[in-house]
Amino acid sequence: MNRILRPRAAAFGAAALVVAVGISACSASNESDSSTSDGTSSSLSGDLNGAGSSAQEAAMAAWKAGFQSSNPDVTVNYDAVGSGGGREQFLAGGVQYAGSDDYLADDEATKAQKTCNGEAFEYPVYVSPIAVIYNLPGVDGLQLTPATLASIFAGKITKWNDPAITGDNPDAKLPSSNITPVHRSDESGTTGNFTDYLSQAAPQQWTYGPVESWPIKSGEGADGTSGVVSAVKGGDGTIGYADASQAGDLGKALVEVGGEFVGPTPEAASQILDVSQPAPGATDTNITIEVNRTPSEAGVYPIVLVSYQMVCSTYDSQDTVDLVQGFASYVISADGQQAASQAAGSAPITDSIRQQAQAAIDKISTSS
Amino acid sequence: MATQPPTSEPTTPKFTARLHSPQLPRWVPWALVAGAVAVGLALHLMVGWGWALTIVACWLGYVVVLVAVSGRVEGRRKAKDRLATSLVTTAFVLALLPLGSLLWQVVSNGLPAINSSFLNSSMRNVVGEGGGIFHALWGTLIVTSLAALMSIPIGLATGIYLVEYGNGRMARWITFLVDVMTGIPSIVAGLFAYALFVIFFGEGVRMGFGGAVALSVLMIPLVVRSTEEMLKLVPNELREASYALGVPKWRTIVKVVLPTAIAGIITGITIAIARVIGETAPLLIICGATDSVNFNPFDGRMMTLPVYIYSQYKNPGFPPEFGIERAWGAALVLTVIVMALNLVARLISYYFSPKTKA
Amino acid sequence: MTSHAVEGTHRPPRSVGDRVFPALVTAAGAVILVTLAGVALFLTYEGLPALTAKAADIPGADSFAAYVWPLLYGTLLASVLALLFAVPVSIGVALFISHFAPRRLASSLGYLVDLLAAVPSIIYGLWGIFFLAPRLVPLYDWLAGHLSWIPFFAGPASVTGRTILTAGFVLGVMVLPIMTSICREIFLQTPRLHEEAALALGATRWEMIRMTVFPYGRSGIVSGAMLALGRALGETIAVATILSVSNVVSLNLISSTNPGTIAANIALKFPEASGIEVNILIATGLVLFIVTFLVNFLARAIVGRRAEFSGAN
Repeated sequence: MNRILRPRAAAFGAAALVVAVGISACSASNESDSSTSDGTSSSLSGDLNGAGSSAQEAAMAAWKAGFQSSNPDVTVNYDAVGSGGGREQFLAGGVQYAGSDDYLADDEATKAQKTCNGEAFEYPVYVSPIAVIYNLPGVDGLQLTPATLASIFAGKITKWNDPAITGDNPDAKLPSSNITPVHRSDESGTTGNFTDYLSQAAPQQWTYGPVESWPIKSGEGADGTSGVVSAVKGGDGTIGYADASQAGDLGKALVEVGGEFVGPTPEAASQILDVSQPAPGATDTNITIEVNRTPSEAGVYPIVLVSYQMVCSTYDSQDTVDLVQGFASYVISADGQQAASQAAGSAPITDSIRQQAQAAIDKISTSS
Repeated sequence: MATQPPTSEPTTPKFTARLHSPQLPRWVPWALVAGAVAVGLALHLMVGWGWALTIVACWLGYVVVLVAVSGRVEGRRKAKDRLATSLVTTAFVLALLPLGSLLWQVVSNGLPAINSSFLNSSMRNVVGEGGGIFHALWGTLIVTSLAALMSIPIGLATGIYLVEYGNGRMARWITFLVDVMTGIPSIVAGLFAYALFVIFFGEGVRMGFGGAVALSVLMIPLVVRSTEEMLKLVPNELREASYALGVPKWRTIVKVVLPTAIAGIITGITIAIARVIGETAPLLIICGATDSVNFNPFDGRMMTLPVYIYSQYKNPGFPPEFGIERAWGAALVLTVIVMALNLVARLISYYFSPKTKA
Repeated sequence: MTSHAVEGTHRPPRSVGDRVFPALVTAAGAVILVTLAGVALFLTYEGLPALTAKAADIPGADSFAAYVWPLLYGTLLASVLALLFAVPVSIGVALFISHFAPRRLASSLGYLVDLLAAVPSIIYGLWGIFFLAPRLVPLYDWLAGHLSWIPFFAGPASVTGRTILTAGFVLGVMVLPIMTSICREIFLQTPRLHEEAALALGATRWEMIRMTVFPYGRSGIVSGAMLALGRALGETIAVATILSVSNVVSLNLISSTNPGTIAANIALKFPEASGIEVNILIATGLVLFIVTFLVNFLARAIVGRRAEFSGAN
């Protein structure tokens, strides 16, 4: 009996496994073979690997899709390992480009000299407004000054009808309920930019400086942007910060800038690049920006995340140079920025920055 | 059970001389249940109490009334027994409530997402709507199969060693350590795989094979335990009969002992696979996430279903609804796979295990 | 474990296979030893730099001990809460299946409870954050309103329900099946004669259980609880999605300011970590490994005092 039983049982188990997983085809229907190009004879081919900021991930998905569909023989990869990890891999020569919410520090730039056989180029590619989202039924268009905002997130203002808030919103009917500030419990560039804003716009109220991990042991923590959004949605009297594109139908607070209250629209966000100064050490090919968190111009939204792309000035082969130039040019092009704006709700970079970045990209050459 | 009273007896204490103490008629608890439901409906519909409050209140009322009535008629010991029965039954219902609500959530949220393109596409070049789990399904299949390929031989052989050969210090240590291994947190297994691979491949290593190693650490002890238990069930008479015929020990094990226990072992292995196929944490660390199909477990990131769910939930893209919908859809697919594996395991043990009773 | 070899005079002839085969299976056993040693070794090797890391490199704390302590506290707190839910319920469920439910239904009911163990933890996470947490808010409000003099319920109540109590409850549901199946096995092993003797003396069913089943199964219950504790300690993704983390040490169970857990913290920080941070996270993993090791060690030591049952003889 046992002799007959064994193979049957084994076969049954194996068959059941296959059925359970239930896949028959051998390639994804949307991953067509490269032969089906649409006549736009592109000469580019090969793999292009990048790593870095997870904030860029959604935009990068759009850039990959756009670039790969016009260059069917190209595969662009992007590992959203985080900004720090991306820079690390880029400097170690593991990837050809990196995405990072911070520009290269001085010692990193020195390291890049070795890896790139020359300097590394960096330029902003992704500008995204960070919205202050809140859930307070019956209150639309909440207006907050930087000081009030900082006090709320620092846990110093705990009631919605605090005089500071009612002072900012004379017309709104604010309840006496508790404020629950919601922050990211994971490490993120969003937190970094938000706290950078708070520390510059309200240094008295926000004394913790710009940090990527939330510094205060109070308030509600949530995992990822969607964690923050669902936490804010889930509770009354909550307030949090998240990429504006993810805010959905939640209330978005207007923030006081130069005496006016401004909302997180892509237009208001993209203007920040015009009113900001180049960062110390910026050059024609290191287009880094010290984001002006306290602009005096009207209609500028200062809580933005600016994320950079980093490429080497030289690569080993002409093929790689072509690939990098092709991809980077697409990313900063009007088309690329438009695609990112649709996919990730980001603000397009300004024309002047585009021209500068394009000039840098054109300088990429073979190292020999 | 023997506790059941032979027949019901009139409850009114009319007769003074009796052979056994008075009993509540069988219909009394049921009547109380009906009463509680009626009161509950009334409270909910007329007074406007919430569901949760109504149910808790009615359940409390039911238990209190039942115990009080029983205490008056049947005495304290019987009342205690009734209280215990209600509590134990409540515990069971309480355990099934989360299961029911969870399955309902997964099915109702996941079903709208499932269609053929969801199963047949990856996330490559997908922005917003569309996309699917094809790459994650393959990743899960590859990683889990590799884990099974490594764990089954090692686990099986260790089980055989422990039951058929092992005595002495090493066997005792292995038994103990297998037990300890059963308790290794899955994230620690992932960290182990990372710490191991980082030595060979450098910082930031991500590959499907690493995930298989991590899952193996979790799976091996499960396979060892089930093999051990099943081999112990094989009667010694079978082994002795085989030895008596002059069959060497290793052939006895391979040809007599293993075939007798194989159904149980396969059941155990299937359940072990079902356990590790849903692991998220170790794969998040060592397999990473990607949106394209990757068939090569030794090169680069490999998406798996649990990580897919986690990343779709965490970074749903814009607008977020589609990502959340994909997360639920993938959750449904994963649940169906795990449940199917469990069912298969049950069927194997039901149909193929040697019948112990004649 | 006893060997089933027939020792002594009737030794079967030794063939080549009889030398190779034992060597093979022994080697497999050795692989287990090596693996476990490897886990400890590699975690120590990669985690060691964290212990000597400069204070500036450790996010939010002065030393590694200060970094890991709130996490360890949160891990233990969530697991203990999970046990508070799981122990009574799983003893009840096990009793229901072993002694109360109709015989024919018992094994199917057991399967239903086992299904709870089959649900992947990420799905518990989704269920917890989208379904369960919002529904617990009224309860927390009530607790904060009426019982705030108890430090556990000091409030202010979380408005999203993503508290350590919710996390503990979900963990409790997740470890329920493990504990139930161990209790069930033990309860079913109660000697029939003891049970029948109790019933014959006129005991009610509950008295019979108290007199025979519980004394017999006590160590099984304890070790089941320990194993469940071990499982709860290491649970990752469900906690990471559900819990609102602030890394404080607090007794308050219903506010939005909660301690994190080691496992969840690794899952939250690892994907973005680089450099020394990775070593710090691995070192916290090592701490978790040691704690679960100790818990399992204790559980096995308790079980070990019971005689092993083997069906072979």
